[in-house]
Amino acid sequence: MSEIIKLSATELAKKLRAGEVTAVEAVQAHLDRIAEIDGGDRGLNAFLHVNADEALAVAAEVDEIRAAGGTEAEALHPLAGVPIAIKDLIVTVGQPTTAASKMLEGWMSPYDATVIEKIRAARMPMLGKTNLDEFAMGSSTEHSAYGITRNPWDLGRIPGGSGGGSAAAVAGFEAPLALGTDTGGSIRQPGAVTGTVGVKPTYGGVSRYGAIAMASSLDQIGPVTRTVLDAAYLHELIGGHDPKDSTSLNEPVPALVDAAKQGLTGDLSGVRVGIVKELTGEGYQAGVQERFNESVEVLKAAGAEIVEVSCPNFKYALGAYYLIMPSEVSSNLAKFDGVRYGQRVLPEEGPLTIERVMGATRAAGFGDEVKRRIILGTYALSAGYYDAYYGSAQKVRTLIQRDFDAAFEQADVLVSPTSPNVAFEFGAKSDDPLAMYLNDVATIPANMAGIPGISVPGGLSEGLPVGIQFLAPAREDARLYRVGAALEKLLEDSWGGPLIDQAPELAAATTGGAA
Amino acid sequence: MAAYTADLVDFDEALERYDPVLGFEVHVELNTRTKMFSDAPNAFGDVPNSNVTPVDLGLPGVLPVVNKTAVEYSIMLGLALNCQIAESCRFARKNYFYPDTPKNFQTSQYDEPIAHDGYLDIELADGEVFRVEIERAHMEEDAGKLTHMGGAAGRIQGADFSLVDYNRAGVPLVEIVTKPITGAGKRAPELAKAYVGAIREIVKALGISDARMERGNVRCDANVSLMPKGATKFGTRSETKNVNSLRAVEHAVRHEIQRHAAVLDSGEAIVQETRHWHEDTRTTTSGRPKSDADDYRYFPEPDLLPIVTNEAWIEEIRARLPEPPAERRKRLQADWGYSDAEFRDVVNAGLMDAIEETIAAGATPAVARKWWMGEISRLAKNADVEPTDLGATPATIIELDSLIQGKKINDKIARQVLEHVIAGEGTPGEIVEKRGLAVVNDDSALGEAIDAAMAEMPGVVEKIKGGKLQAVGALIGPVMKATRGQADAARVRELVLEKLGIEG
Repeated sequence: MSEIIKLSATELAKKLRAGEVTAVEAVQAHLDRIAEIDGGDRGLNAFLHVNADEALAVAAEVDEIRAAGGTEAEALHPLAGVPIAIKDLIVTVGQPTTAASKMLEGWMSPYDATVIEKIRAARMPMLGKTNLDEFAMGSSTEHSAYGITRNPWDLGRIPGGSGGGSAAAVAGFEAPLALGTDTGGSIRQPGAVTGTVGVKPTYGGVSRYGAIAMASSLDQIGPVTRTVLDAAYLHELIGGHDPKDSTSLNEPVPALVDAAKQGLTGDLSGVRVGIVKELTGEGYQAGVQERFNESVEVLKAAGAEIVEVSCPNFKYALGAYYLIMPSEVSSNLAKFDGVRYGQRVLPEEGPLTIERVMGATRAAGFGDEVKRRIILGTYALSAGYYDAYYGSAQKVRTLIQRDFDAAFEQADVLVSPTSPNVAFEFGAKSDDPLAMYLNDVATIPANMAGIPGISVPGGLSEGLPVGIQFLAPAREDARLYRVGAALEKLLEDSWGGPLIDQAPELAAATTGGAA
Repeated sequence: MAAYTADLVDFDEALERYDPVLGFEVHVELNTRTKMFSDAPNAFGDVPNSNVTPVDLGLPGVLPVVNKTAVEYSIMLGLALNCQIAESCRFARKNYFYPDTPKNFQTSQYDEPIAHDGYLDIELADGEVFRVEIERAHMEEDAGKLTHMGGAAGRIQGADFSLVDYNRAGVPLVEIVTKPITGAGKRAPELAKAYVGAIREIVKALGISDARMERGNVRCDANVSLMPKGATKFGTRSETKNVNSLRAVEHAVRHEIQRHAAVLDSGEAIVQETRHWHEDTRTTTSGRPKSDADDYRYFPEPDLLPIVTNEAWIEEIRARLPEPPAERRKRLQADWGYSDAEFRDVVNAGLMDAIEETIAAGATPAVARKWWMGEISRLAKNADVEPTDLGATPATIIELDSLIQGKKINDKIARQVLEHVIAGEGTPGEIVEKRGLAVVNDDSALGEAIDAAMAEMPGVVEKIKGGKLQAVGALIGPVMKATRGQADAARVRELVLEKLGIEG
């Protein structure tokens, strides 16, 4: 394995600036890695599309600018030349965007998402598009129309979801950085089960323009990385106000890199950390609970004041989420009808009316989980049910926000396990949607309240990664980076290196070749 | 086609037995530079699907952004309709699958309109005033335009396929909904026409819409129901869609009253449904049944924040409002001293603004009316254009009038001069000069022509001498002919009488 791919984004950026590594070398090393381990029967299948030519061309430009020196070289973004993978829910010019659905097979967006414009402006080579549960609906990436993605820690297990592709790519050293989207935990839960770092920013902190909407009031784009500091750099790049997104916050991005660097001193004196009573104990695997308890001890040793807080309405969060999210899904996905773009499927018999073509297209184009949520949401919004379902769920949302408000009076950040369990085996929950939904029980409250959350590696249980989640009040993303970086540093000190170093070496895929 | 030749009850007879209840939903397309939720141009008549952005096509990943000008225009309209302006209001999604709506939902205000609880006083031709209560005025986006190909007469039934143009998709609309209008009785059709006309006039005066009904800038859905005379419980209504001229509004309401009466008289029930208006036959036909159970699964649009207004903003917008058209009309009629009939003709001819400008430029109200309503309107009609598009300006009229007052030309020549002005030959003064059109005031030249005429018509001369002074008219013709129309008829008369020694 090339040493380049083992570098964190921050380390790689430093070597690029110092001229020790060229951007082309960096991109090529990652492309080689993708070619080596992504394809084939036992490959990760993290990528749905590999963007080799463009990535190399962007890298070459960066190298030229650096070689020429002068003001243009000095003006390069710190992450210039550092490659990145993009969740295939985010639209990109020049690469297909499928949302892992048959519905959008082969669809090429004529416009870039705002975050992609920022990635391009920073001259970060895009390695390609990563796999996900179809339209980001799932917790295992088993619901992709283009096959499962494997967890680099155990190729027989799920990489989490919906952003399993981005998490697996970063955990498997196919990319130092990736973008994900988090509606109910789709960045943080895959981060937890792959031993990587995932951040869901404050709602409105990062533009959603160009992220294919699942549930508009919950979705948020965020970083997927191997270190907290890397996430801070990427978050600062993609964050900020976007006039194209009415829900984006009109204020500057907080100083996240500074916060992460402060955390890396390992000192948490004066920081109040709240343990959410409702997000521990029953329902959490013993090994997960043990790693969590150890992390709390580490925080305490670093000077943090540990308090216990109660969020009594969290028990309604999952139920309310599964009304609000599908309601918005049912409307957001109505546009996929075969009329303007994407797949068009004609009915096998009978007249070709618009209704029948739309029906046939949607019947063939959407997978079962997507259909399940569209039907749920359509029902929840129907006349006569709206107040009882959507209306009540919105009230629960307010209650959850109040629980958080009260909790944050006692604590600066809250802490919990990210996921109640470690990565499970493929198929283990496929027949039981409700068991699958429980994966997100700890991550959903943050989306319901619009607050930021981070998942950092917290050790292993049964040889598989456990994630520790921190939550902070809206707009206080910086707190997550400080506390997350501190825990990361102190745990790595105790492990003698990053957790990811304990992951098994991946053998070259048997049948080779990139996806 | 169902119920195409439904029996109708005579209108007056119907009104003897039933009270009509009206309700209107008027859609006004705003003339903002860009669309409601995107920066695509808001323009009519361009190449199909050229005024679109990814937002208008509902591409994956796009988000709407509210057009602030459209919000201000909506507030202006709300104020002009004497409405309350909401302190905070939201957009909602109206979900339904139809290919003219690219997202398969329409972004529209639902339970939180920007303006509510207003009224509009409608003055009918004879001066009677009806107050129409406005329930709400809310913002929404227009749909694209479907053109059905093949089959009959552009209808969807029997079409082979349909073309869709998304240029109109996302054009800002305000929908104005009235409360039920009762008590109009026989005047219901007239009131309907006057109400829609008043809305059109207001949005035009506000400058927020091109207000061209033939282009669909203002579209009216007319709700009609009947209840037995004296009853208070409303009957079942029909909703006649897209009645696209003022006259059609009047006719459609009249037709529906007659049709409802026939159905009710026969003991049957009115079906709650949409009806389509047919201008050619002046009838409606059954559209789709419309029940209150139509389920659009409205919910608040999560991609947009609530629109929050404040007093300062509203007052700033209020200060920009022009004088309400009805008040302006009253003021102008009083200022100009026109009779009711004269003023109504001016308004109907669409010449109030032109006359106002002409008077402001220095003409008397009588002169301004004479030219605009007279020769200019006649020429415009011949040329099949609007009088204001003919090429005559207030300056033209003022110059013509001053030439007449200065006796340089007479009325007849002035009309000729106007035609030359319209032909683009220059100002009236230049044309009189260039074409030598000045009145012949030289008595010796006139005298010769008069002598010749008198010599040719001794019989006429005898009559005049005998006291029949009106016989002079017979001499004026030949004199005019001899002077190529440049004689002043009054002067000819004077000279004839002078020559014959008769006191005029």
